[in-house]
Amino acid sequence: MGWLKRIPRPGLIVLALALASAPLIFSNPYQYDVAIHVLTNAMVAVGLNLLMGYAGQISLGHAGFFGLGAYVTAVLSANYGWPVYLSMPAALVVVAVLAFVIARPILRLSGHYLAMATLGLGILISIVLRTEAGITGGPDGMMVPPISIGGTDIYDERYWYALIAILLVATVWLALNLIDSPVGRALRAVHGSETAAEVVGVHTLGYKVLIFVVSAVLAALAGVLTAHYSGFVTPGLANFIYSIEFVTMVVLGGMASTYGALVGAVILTLLPQFLTGVDDLEMMILGAILMVVVIFMPTGLVPTLARLVPGGRR
Amino acid sequence: MFAEFLQYLFSGLTAGSTYALVALGFTIIYNASHIINFAQGEFLMIGGLGSVMLMQYGLPMPLAIVAAIVLAVLAGILIEKLAIERAATNDIVPLIIITIGASLFLRGGAQFFWGKSIHALPAFTGNTPINIAGATILPQSLWVLGIGAVVVCLLAWFFTRTLTGKAMLAVSHNPNAARLVGINPRFILMLSFALAGALGAVAGAVAAPITLTVYDVGVMLGLKGFVAAVLGGLGSPLGAVAGGLLLGIMEAFTAGYISSEYKDAVPFVIVLLVLFFMPSGLFGSRATERV
Repeated sequence: MGWLKRIPRPGLIVLALALASAPLIFSNPYQYDVAIHVLTNAMVAVGLNLLMGYAGQISLGHAGFFGLGAYVTAVLSANYGWPVYLSMPAALVVVAVLAFVIARPILRLSGHYLAMATLGLGILISIVLRTEAGITGGPDGMMVPPISIGGTDIYDERYWYALIAILLVATVWLALNLIDSPVGRALRAVHGSETAAEVVGVHTLGYKVLIFVVSAVLAALAGVLTAHYSGFVTPGLANFIYSIEFVTMVVLGGMASTYGALVGAVILTLLPQFLTGVDDLEMMILGAILMVVVIFMPTGLVPTLARLVPGGRR
Repeated sequence: MFAEFLQYLFSGLTAGSTYALVALGFTIIYNASHIINFAQGEFLMIGGLGSVMLMQYGLPMPLAIVAAIVLAVLAGILIEKLAIERAATNDIVPLIIITIGASLFLRGGAQFFWGKSIHALPAFTGNTPINIAGATILPQSLWVLGIGAVVVCLLAWFFTRTLTGKAMLAVSHNPNAARLVGINPRFILMLSFALAGALGAVAGAVAAPITLTVYDVGVMLGLKGFVAAVLGGLGSPLGAVAGGLLLGIMEAFTAGYISSEYKDAVPFVIVLLVLFFMPSGLFGSRATERV
């Protein structure tokens, strides 16, 4: 198996192959629809995992960035007639700027105060989206134009699946490279002991800000794609409960494991599919999963399983 | 003009005393363990919705409220025994996630067993508004204020005059030193969850005739209580009460004079500003980090 070592990032290739072959088992648009939700959630989870797993900073407000991204592109393209190829990057820029501005004061906080601040930010975004009905359509939401290529509107789920799958692979590649770069080492130092990292000359706040912005933009990207794919946005996208679900994906899959975040996103997005008929139990089960995972598998699913495999790498 | 002002003040104080009780629940658990219990809002839900449900099963109101309080205390003890104690970690992130899990579990349970409809607990002593200098106040608001004050006094007595209360304070200052003088921190931790459950349920039950109650009523109330606790400085009981009242009053004045739509945004704007400029809250002690 020595030749495997020479291939850069075998996990990434496995992921790409899995995403490319998954459509073989899809037989109807609904399955594509579910798969697309899995992929967009995975995008958020991979970004949030950078923040939580590597930089050791919690965010209880990432659904806010997701929803804000979705709404900026929705408002620009629907209300102001911007072409989608401009409104989408514009949404990412808006979220990046907001995240950058807010990151410095927020990331000076730690622990519970940081949790409170990110939570507050997420809730504020969802309140603004709900209240500014003149721009956002209020609680009822608003229609979003589709993406069009060469004058043809793209509605087919298969194209969307392909587009989002490619972007997810790129996201994972970016995350893995970031983790293995000097930035990643600095982040792990921040996670271990912030003071010690500062003593050896790591500019901790700068790195934390960088990762915060990257993870916010990835959440916004997922939101932007969701908005144009589904053709409709509501303030519910920024709901507090989704922030919690994103955190759950990261914790369930395994903090500080990019593939863990993917697994967490897959499990949590598919969970409701297996609970049809007992929908009312979904919240209880979600809560039970959170508690059980943290108590019995504190490192999460993927790292725990990896340790069971002899010679397995994390 | 003055009547209007007074009216907003009354409604602010009423909401504020509820927030203060929730914030006290956060503070008690935080002091015993440095855990923020995100399920605190669910204790309120159990207190309010639980009372309504138990009345539907035929219990008279006072008995139903007492039973609901017992239910919340049990929920608190179970969270501590089955989840917090087993996790055996001091890391903040896993503990936050456990209590969020517990809150989802309780909220989901309420939704499953008690349904999704909104209920009102009958007011304790009628609905005839009382007129004070042109402003009106509901009798139930007086109940909220009165019971809030009684609870705060009882807590002050408990923490300064009883051995158990002093033991809890000792643990909050230094768990290891407390253990050395024979205090069992596990018992204190359990007691803090039981006490927080009781406090939350009392707040939930007295406020339920005004706020109405539903399976997810605890989300916003819990978050606002957390804001109040942070506002006053985590760990300071006096700060929790002040933070709660301040929050309620500012919310009411925003709703009255500026925008009723952004009323729910007030706590979060305030807490962000406070955290940015005074990171340890209004009454919190300056934090120093030991390496």
